[in-house]
Amino acid sequence: MGMTFAEKVLAVKSGNKEVVPGQIVTVKPDHLLTHDNTSAIIGKISDELDKYGVVRDDLSIIVLDHVVPAASEKNAAGHKKIRSFVKEHHLKNFFDVGEGICHQIVYEKGFAKPGSIVLGSDSHTCSYGAVGAFASGIDRTEAASIMLTGETWLKVPPTIKITLKGSLKYPASAKDLILTIIGTISADGAGYKAVEFHGDVSSLSMDERFTIANMGVEMGAKVTVFPVDETAKEFFSSNNISFSQNDAVWADPDAEYERELTFNLDEIKPVVAAPHTVDNLKSIKDVEGTPIDQCFIGTCTNGRLSDIKIAASILKGKKISPDTRLLILPASRKILREAMAKGYIDTLIEAGALLLPPGCGPCLGAHQGALAPGEKCLSTANRNFKGRMGCKEAEIFLASPATVAVSAIYGKITDPGKEAE
Amino acid sequence: MRVWKYGDDINTDMLFPGKYTYTCSTVEEIKPHLLEDLDTEFASNVQKGDFIFAGKNFGCGSSREQPALGLKAVGIRAVVAESFSRIFFRASINQGLLLIESPEAVRSYSAGDEVDVDPVEGKIYVGDKTFSFPKLPPEMLEIIEAGGLLAYTKKKLETRKN
Ligand code: SF4
Repeated sequence: MGMTFAEKVLAVKSGNKEVVPGQIVTVKPDHLLTHDNTSAIIGKISDELDKYGVVRDDLSIIVLDHVVPAASEKNAAGHKKIRSFVKEHHLKNFFDVGEGICHQIVYEKGFAKPGSIVLGSDSHTCSYGAVGAFASGIDRTEAASIMLTGETWLKVPPTIKITLKGSLKYPASAKDLILTIIGTISADGAGYKAVEFHGDVSSLSMDERFTIANMGVEMGAKVTVFPVDETAKEFFSSNNISFSQNDAVWADPDAEYERELTFNLDEIKPVVAAPHTVDNLKSIKDVEGTPIDQCFIGTCTNGRLSDIKIAASILKGKKISPDTRLLILPASRKILREAMAKGYIDTLIEAGALLLPPGCGPCLGAHQGALAPGEKCLSTANRNFKGRMGCKEAEIFLASPATVAVSAIYGKITDPGKEAE
Repeated sequence: MRVWKYGDDINTDMLFPGKYTYTCSTVEEIKPHLLEDLDTEFASNVQKGDFIFAGKNFGCGSSREQPALGLKAVGIRAVVAESFSRIFFRASINQGLLLIESPEAVRSYSAGDEVDVDPVEGKIYVGDKTFSFPKLPPEMLEIIEAGGLLAYTKKKLETRKN
């Protein structure tokens, strides 16, 4: 019997010939991602760290990104504690404030490799399925335990196979596709399951795959994964990331799936996730004209160069509406520099945007760009939960960078097709 | 004993708002903000031995463990839901918080019903009805029996050293 991607990786990594859904296996993850929450994690195990040390100095990837630069004395103390921990244990993979959002860093610097297992104390760790990694979120306590032991248990998930047909037609984007998928199968439709993307995957760029894999957790998925094709290999070589083709794992043609779905990319249209759940899918027509107080382009979902490029091309020579504000947040320092070199940042600032430093910024409501009661935000992030941006009486709508950029011109939700015409 | 009843897709921002994730880390700091954006009554009135009943996909969203930590600390006996999101499920095992997946128990509950649970037998009593729920696999039971994942890991490291 053939195996799925998840079954194959977990079999190899647990030293079994075969595994089946529901089976519990012990694995040693290749990497463990933690971020600002590292200070809380090491706080749980300070005695053990003194006694035993960390299990591997290259296991952890630590990125300061959630509240950067520190917004308060308390945040600053947390960051300080993390820096001394890194020094004391000679940890190899530490990225201080300003490098970027943890998921972008893991991807950009080549820590996530095909067929590897990456666990992270952040739910969007599933993003690295874009490069064929088995990547999933865990809690802080488990991250603490892995720092000490280097291993944990995983349950082999059943798999949903999603076949893509055709290619996306502008202004429809990868964001519209994944919002449509989540709206179709619901916020828990892939709960505890792996999701594999098959079919015309090669029509999607790496940035687009990242956006899709990133949002896997919004349908409950444990992992969301793409095959390692020519586009992926080109990404590795152009970023000087070494990897062995032998490690790239993909499902057998006769693997068994719990559910199979097909989406026709040619038919995907711009959509919006209306408050307060990600699966509250609306067509642009349904929400068109909704006044927007704050427009936000960035985050680990849509803060990459191609996203900023689209926004700049839409806003070139235009001004945003005086009734709204536009925040731009590049996902990493590298992206910020490239966007500056290409003139995108200047174009956006001239149009009236405000540039935020690479990091999570307003996404989690901890600092920057907070909303007031009654305000509405149109955002390229991945979550529109009540209170997510710091105020439970505010509303968050999720959309693509093109939709957000066009809407910023009018100060209300606008069909990005309006510009394309 | 009181039952706190909620609907589907109760997410981590409702259980513990993101804005506190880097300022509140101890149990005492977490407690007053539990369920703040969902039910303003909860934090001040919850008592040891209370239950939470909810619909599907309870705990969806962020990987933050403060909800599991906090609910365990205020003495929630069990969260009974139609289904749980996976990171929350894992976090709860790691904290030793009892989760019971039983759509039947949730649907049969009506206001005022007495609720009790027998985790060893895998039974939950709602009013005059009894429902069974599947027992946890041994790997997870071991963690719960040790008093949570950290206690379990510490024990493991001790034995390795000797
Ligand atoms: S940008 Fe938002 S979703 Fe992404 S890691 Fe940061 S807080 Fe999480």
